This record gives sequence, C-alpha cells and structure tokens, in this order.
Amino acid sequence: MNVIRKVLRAGFELIERPFDRLFSPSLNPLAQLGALGFFFFWIVAVSGIYLFIFFDTGIDRAYQSVEYISRDQWFHAGVMRSFHRYASDLMVVMVAVHLLREFSLDHYRGVRWFSWFTGLPIIWLLYVSGITGYWLVWDKLAQFVALVSSELLDWLPIFGEPIARNFIATGTLTSRFFSLMVFMHVAVPLFLLFIMWVHILRISRPKVNPPRTLALMSLAALLAVSIWRPALSQGPADLAKVPNNVGLDWFYLPLYPLTELWGNGAVWAFLGAFSLMIALMPWLPPLRRARAAVIDLDHCNGCARCAEDCPYEAIRLVPRTDKLPFPTQAEVNPTLCVSCGICVGSCPSSTPFRRTDELKTGIDLPEYSLRELRERVMDTAAGLSGPGRVLVLACEHGAAAGRLGDTVVMPCVAMAPPSLIDFILSRDLADGVVVAGCAESACYNRLGVQWTEQRFAAERDPYLRARVPRERIAMVWASALAASRAETEIAEFAERVAAMPPKRLRSPLPVSSPTRQPKALETERGAT
Amino acid sequence: MKAVRLTGQFIVIVALFAGVAALSDWPTWGQIPKGTGVVMLTFVHGADRKGECRRLTPEEIAKLPPNMRRVKDCPRGRRAIYVELDVDGRGVYQASLQPTGIAGDGPSRVYQRFVLPAGKHDLAVRLRDTARADGFDHQRRDSVELAPDQMLVIDYRPESGSFVFR
Ligand code: HEM
Ligand code: SF4
Ligand code: SF4
Repeated sequence: MNVIRKVLRAGFELIERPFDRLFSPSLNPLAQLGALGFFFFWIVAVSGIYLFIFFDTGIDRAYQSVEYISRDQWFHAGVMRSFHRYASDLMVVMVAVHLLREFSLDHYRGVRWFSWFTGLPIIWLLYVSGITGYWLVWDKLAQFVALVSSELLDWLPIFGEPIARNFIATGTLTSRFFSLMVFMHVAVPLFLLFIMWVHILRISRPKVNPPRTLALMSLAALLAVSIWRPALSQGPADLAKVPNNVGLDWFYLPLYPLTELWGNGAVWAFLGAFSLMIALMPWLPPLRRARAAVIDLDHCNGCARCAEDCPYEAIRLVPRTDKLPFPTQAEVNPTLCVSCGICVGSCPSSTPFRRTDELKTGIDLPEYSLRELRERVMDTAAGLSGPGRVLVLACEHGAAAGRLGDTVVMPCVAMAPPSLIDFILSRDLADGVVVAGCAESACYNRLGVQWTEQRFAAERDPYLRARVPRERIAMVWASALAASRAETEIAEFAERVAAMPPKRLRSPLPVSSPTRQPKALETERGAT
Repeated sequence: MKAVRLTGQFIVIVALFAGVAALSDWPTWGQIPKGTGVVMLTFVHGADRKGECRRLTPEEIAKLPPNMRRVKDCPRGRRAIYVELDVDGRGVYQASLQPTGIAGDGPSRVYQRFVLPAGKHDLAVRLRDTARADGFDHQRRDSVELAPDQMLVIDYRPESGSFVFR
C-alpha cells in the first residue's frame, strides 16, 4: 500500500506543480476536486430539470422527444443535453481523480475513514444515475445498456423470469420497466446528493464551491465543447436487431464490454472485490494515531478559536463545568482528533514566553506538548552558529521533515503559535525563522497552510504581533518530493538573513495571555 | 499578462473537457463481428410436477398439526426440461434445465445466444417436458434467412405448446 501511495503521489506531483504555476495554488483544479464535484452535480441537476420539460416519459415517444431536443431545439435544449451528459462524465473523472488523490495524500485512514467510506456508496449511486440516464434515450445505445444491464442482473439469482427478455423481441416489452428507469433516474441522484452531504459532514469548512473564476471558466468550456460536439442519440432502438457498434460512454460503461469478454460472473466478482477493497482500505493497515488533544480548563476561556481552526470538527464548545467565569469551554471528541496540533497554535493561552513550570495552554497534545515544542526549539537553536542562524519549523508531511540539525519537526506548522516565532526572534534564539509546510494546494491537514498564512498576515487570530520583523520569516510550501527546491529556498533565505544588520533587540514585554479582541474577530469572520 | 494566463488556463480546461466529451461516445464497441447475426434461444417454461397427488389417509391427516391439515399431498418440485438446438444439422445446444426456486417449483429458464454468419440457416429446436425417457414433446424445424446484425429469437409459448421464431 505504502509503495503504491508513494508512486501515486509522485505522479500527482508531476501534474499538480505545473498546475499550481498555471492556475496559482488557490485556483488549481486538482485542489478543488470535491468542490468541482458539487459544481458539476448542480449543472447536471439544473440541465436535467430543463430536459425533463421536453422529455416524453413513455417508451414509444421517448426517442422522438429526445430527437426534438437535439435537432429542433438544439440551441437551448440541445445544449442543455450536452451540459447534462458532459458534466455527468466530468463527475466521474472528478471522482476518480479525487479518490486517487486523497489516497495518495494518505487521507483515507484514521479519522478520515468516514469520508473515504461514504465515498463508496457515492460511486455506486453515481453509476446507477448515469446508467439509468442512458436508458432513457431509448436509442441503440440505450438498447445495448438495457440488454447488458439486465443480463448482468439476471446473473444474480433474484429474478424469477430473466428481465433481459424484456429487451429482445419476445413481445414482452412493456413500458413498466421503462417507467421504473425514469423514476430511478430522478430518485437515485437525489439520494446521491444526500450521501454527498453525509460525505462532508465530518469535514470542517469543506470546499463545496469552486472559486468563481474556475466556475466561470468551466461553464464557458462546457458551452464551447457542447457546441463543438453536441451530445446526440445513436438511432432508435430496434429490438429485432443486435445493438452492434454503439459508441460507448467510456466513463459510465467501461465494464459493459467486459461482461462479454469476461462474463457476467467475473464482472460481479470485480465489482465486489473493488467495493470490498475500498471499504476495508482505511484499516489496511490502520493509521497509528497519537493520543487526542486534551483541554486544560484552567487555561481555557472558551474563546472558540481552537474550534474554529480544527480541520476535523473535533472540538465543540460546551457549557462551563468548572467555576471559572466564562460561559463555555472547549471539548475534544477523541474519535475525530488526528493530533495535528493546529488547535495548540490557535489557543491564545499558548505563549512560550511563560516560565517553564507555567508553560501550560488551554489545549495541548499529550504526546507532543507545547512545552516540549519550546524545549526542542531552544535545544535546536542552541546548536545554531555563524552569521544568519536560521531555525526551520517544519511540518512532518512537508519537504523539510527529513532535515537534520537546524529543524524542529511538528505534525503541522500551524501547531506553532505565532508567539513562538516572536519568542525565537525576540529572544535572539535565531536570526531568521523558516516555516516549512506542505505544498500550498495539498496541505496534509487541509487548512494548516491557510491558517498559518492568515495568522502571519494578521488576518486570523492569534496574530503574529506587528513588532516581529517580517523580513526574518520565510514560508516554504513544498511537498515531501520537492525537498531540493525547499533546500534552495532555505539556503537563499539564510544568505539574505546573514546579510541583514544585527537585530535591534527589544526586551520582550511580559506577555499576558491576550484576551479575545472582538474587533479583530469580526474582521476574521468577514474574511473567511 | 493576466489575460495570457487566463487564456492558458482556459485552453487547458477546454482541452480536458473536449477529451472527456470525445470519450463519451467514442470509440465504438461491436458486440458481434461484421456480417453476423444472433440467434437467441430463450424462454421460461415449467415442466409438470414430479409426481401425482396422493390422497392422504384419515390417520395421516390426524397426525398433521391442525393448521396444516389437508386432504391431498402433492409433490411441489417440477421436473427438469430438456432442450436441444441444431443449427444446419449440427447440435449446438443440449441441456437439461433444472427448475428455479428454492423448492424447485419454479419454471425452468433458458437464455442462450448464438452468433452465426448472416445467411440461410436451418434451425431445429426440441423440447422434452414430461417424464418420457426419449423422444420430444414439442419441436420445430425451419429454415431462416439471418440478416447481418439481426437478432432472431426462438421463443416457446407454453399456452399453445409451440415454438415461435421471430
Ligand atoms: C460525487 C462525488 C464526490 C464529491 C462531490 C466529493 C466531495 C468532497 C468534498 C467537497 C470534500 C472536502 C474537500 C476539502 O474541502 O478539502 C471531500 C473530501 C474527501 N473525499 Fe470526497 N467527494 C466525492 C467522492 C469521493 C469518493 C468516491 C471518495 C473515495 C472513496 C472520496 C474520498 C474523500 C476523502 C477521503 C475526503 C477527505 C479529505 C480530507 O479529510 O482531507 N470522495 N469530498
Ligand atoms: S489536534 Fe487537530 S484534530 Fe485534534 S482537536 Fe486539535 S486541531 Fe482538531
Ligand atoms: S482556543 Fe484555547 S482558550 Fe480558546 S476555547 Fe480553545 S482551548 Fe479554550
């Protein structure tokens, strides 16, 4: 599994980085796959409703009504038909790439099992939606789909009479089955939407809408393609003939030729094995998980920053259980927590300026406490020498994770509270600090890069204080496979730092635990 | 510069979408080779029950639980049916088809496809659905002209006890 994942990740890197450059990390479609899935779903839904106005649901007139859509009314209904088909196909592409990408990022185990597992019914429902859709046109392809699907179903010992007999010239063809398909083609996508909603239940701030530029470009591209190559039918179904040489939709129907090449039993075996594999993968092997974050009520004032920043919906605010004069306190759900430490970085009580015996914070990782983080920083800093002493704070999933010597590794760079940077520079532990995380569009913890950037830019609590010299901080966003680029960037930064005049050290003010600033929080809410 | 970049992005998206659109109905898939047609042998037919019904004796009836008492005992299982198909005098299919259903009381079914070159063919189909050991209860022999891509169905009508070619 590990090897496959690494190879896949390397493959994705090859496409993702050029895409980052062409689109910018925030527009990169590969980092927007889930959102694009929702976007295409909405296009399919709207165009489907539009087509339904013109569609005749009886088996005798269905084909004619679709011909009317594509020929007589091509400039609106025909275009909608193409939108409907191509957006559906794009959903399959999106699902396939999304699945592979989440796998390659090791996003399928641990607490993420939920999203992975609910992806499986999504695949089945998506395919049932698409296959029933092709049925409705009742052209040659529909006849092929009907015949092969029912032969496939007949292989299962469920039906008394072979349903395939409905789709050959036995005189038994009734519109009963067809009406069932029309019903399914409406009901199954609705159910799909419901499961899509369940799929993202446990993800905080899921991206369900692509950036507007990307959405507009996709719509324009769909329009262009629809005009260049409108979706058309393939001649009326004729039960007295074999539906031979049909143009297949290779996204929805790739297994259909296989029913003939391998046999129906083998296709079912393949589907069963595939589903079983997807269903079991999160536990093959399970992710070793560090212990969940814990709250220290004496240092928690219920400010909710940790709950806002946790990418896994693992923190809730609950009514106070002790005597401190705050209405709420944070509570961690250990089954959802991945111990990324992002909450530690967000808690206003996380101030390394405190004395060691006092260095406690509102929320901390039992296996890697803030105190230990500060100790590692101080130990590592003690080993730095020469002009341009640069300390690297690295994410364990990013390019700098394997560096030795001047590097402190943590589960996510967003674990480091901004005050830690202030601490390092103002206590003269180093001349410059590099914050080295994952690639910008592929953060292992989804939101770590974003939160770090926003905190440093004073757009998100807790802020990096204004007194911290920004020129002495560098952010390096590079995946584990881009270690050499990261190395170059760190070396260049070290040179720049070495050339800087010595820091004017201000004696650090004793930092009291900053209280919530309502105004700052307003702007933060507005910005997200 | 911004426009160039946007154009580049748009071109990439259009190219991807065009590729997807192209694969949505191309390449084509041929189920059967050119110049052939299909003869489909398919029907659903239940043979007789395996045995005669037997009148139960009053003692036997008394032994049954009250809610299950009945006068006759009928075996539910059906016999298998035996089917043969010859094409141009050559036997291409012989099968003894077991009844469906857990209790073996459902009809037997056959669904079999034969790909033949287009042209004239001599088809003979035979069915045995009674207890007899040899010979056939129903049969039909006919010569048909199979057109390319034609799907010719051999069906059996239990109501009339006859085979239908169409
Ligand atoms: C219609 C199909 C699908 C849609 C619309 C969809 C949508 C989404 C969205 C919006 C997210 C949140 C992404 C984010 O904000 O970072 C997500 C996450 C995820 N999806 Fe899907 N998805 C689909 C199918 C699948 C399938 C088939 C699988 C795999 C079997 C899958 C696996 C995952 C996983 C593991 C995550 C969690 C990522 C994380 O925790 O960082 N998805 N999906
Ligand atoms: S460690 Fe990460 S997952 Fe756990 S509560 Fe904190 S932010 Fe959430
Ligand atoms: S960020 Fe810290 S103080 Fe605020 S609610 Fe979370 S644990 Fe409590």
